[in-house]
Amino acid sequence: MKTITKLWASAAICGAMLTGMAQADPHPDAELIIEGELHLATRAAPPEHLGGVFPEIYSGWLFRTDETRALQMDDFDNPGILFAERGLDRWNAADGAAGQSCADCHGDVESMAGVRAAMPKINENGELWALEHYVNNCRTTRMEADAWGWNSEPMKDMSSLISLQSRGMPVAVQMDGDYAPFWEQGKEMYYTRFGQLEMSCANCHEDNWGRMIRADHLSQGMSNGFPTYRLKNATIVPLHQRFRGCIRDTRGETFREGSPEFTALELYVSSRGLGLPIEGVSVRQ
Amino acid sequence: MSDVRPRIRLPRSAKAGDVVEVKTLISHNMETGTRRDGSGNVIPRQIINRFTCEYAGKMVVDMEMHPAISANPYVEFDVKVEESADFVFTWYDDDGSVYSETQAFEVG
Repeated sequence: MKTITKLWASAAICGAMLTGMAQADPHPDAELIIEGELHLATRAAPPEHLGGVFPEIYSGWLFRTDETRALQMDDFDNPGILFAERGLDRWNAADGAAGQSCADCHGDVESMAGVRAAMPKINENGELWALEHYVNNCRTTRMEADAWGWNSEPMKDMSSLISLQSRGMPVAVQMDGDYAPFWEQGKEMYYTRFGQLEMSCANCHEDNWGRMIRADHLSQGMSNGFPTYRLKNATIVPLHQRFRGCIRDTRGETFREGSPEFTALELYVSSRGLGLPIEGVSVRQ
Repeated sequence: MSDVRPRIRLPRSAKAGDVVEVKTLISHNMETGTRRDGSGNVIPRQIINRFTCEYAGKMVVDMEMHPAISANPYVEFDVKVEESADFVFTWYDDDGSVYSETQAFEVG
């Protein structure tokens, strides 16, 4: 109740100041404050490479209902935290033939601060890897354990835990140098129409954000909240699973989670959110 | 890896006569007993079927739970506190396990 009251109070104060919003944006005045302490910016100046397509960039949190937004403001109410807690057990548990745990090499999980914010990242062989690739690389080479499935429960636990260590840190993906070809590939995908419905990412998240698509309020498609707890799925949804869902909804053949295509798209989509903070495990509809 | 873990949140302190908000959650699959596995066999029911909370030796909440309750049941309620005493939370699992958690509460 406390958080809801706070939400209403801030809405009342700011409501008077905001008139004449250009587009339907129901919660332009909401402030995301976790546990009454950690303030996460949900609006930022758009990065230059977007060339002015957005007046301002918004976290997907701003597009959700009062109740859903309140869930993310309290770690007790945020169901995603349960995954991260279980992830901490896995972090400390030895697994695989080498008898190693994550903690044996990496120490405290706090050492992962900033890792999620910089993903996806180019590995030593010049391939672009997402967080899940790095986790599985540790498992197969250092721990001599089986790789986890991209959308499997243990992987979601681990990615939630690692993301949480970057909560509040700004998105820090790179776009230049070696990253440029991957970024270009992702951008190309973002504006390519897929499926029978011939829809691109941009058709919803750039041309029509703020409007309703049937019962869903279209966000700007920012990825800083991932992995996200979706109430609809009652579980953590990794970013690549969300990508697949979007392409499936265009009635298209989708790419695999972890494919080079989705990893390049992850880089480009992340770069659209430069300026927003990582929300760790967010809560969405 | 045990998935079942109780979590409690109480306010840090309160005055005698205050009504405090108690939040509880237990991570649990709450398997309904109506789902089937990949080979078509029914997955046996396993839920938390009862939750209780005692404060200062008195029962303040005693609830029965049924299969329609979602995974990780979250229960929130208010308790009027008159004295410093223990809160005792207990969850009863279909498999006979009992999960219990005690928290001392200061009334100043």
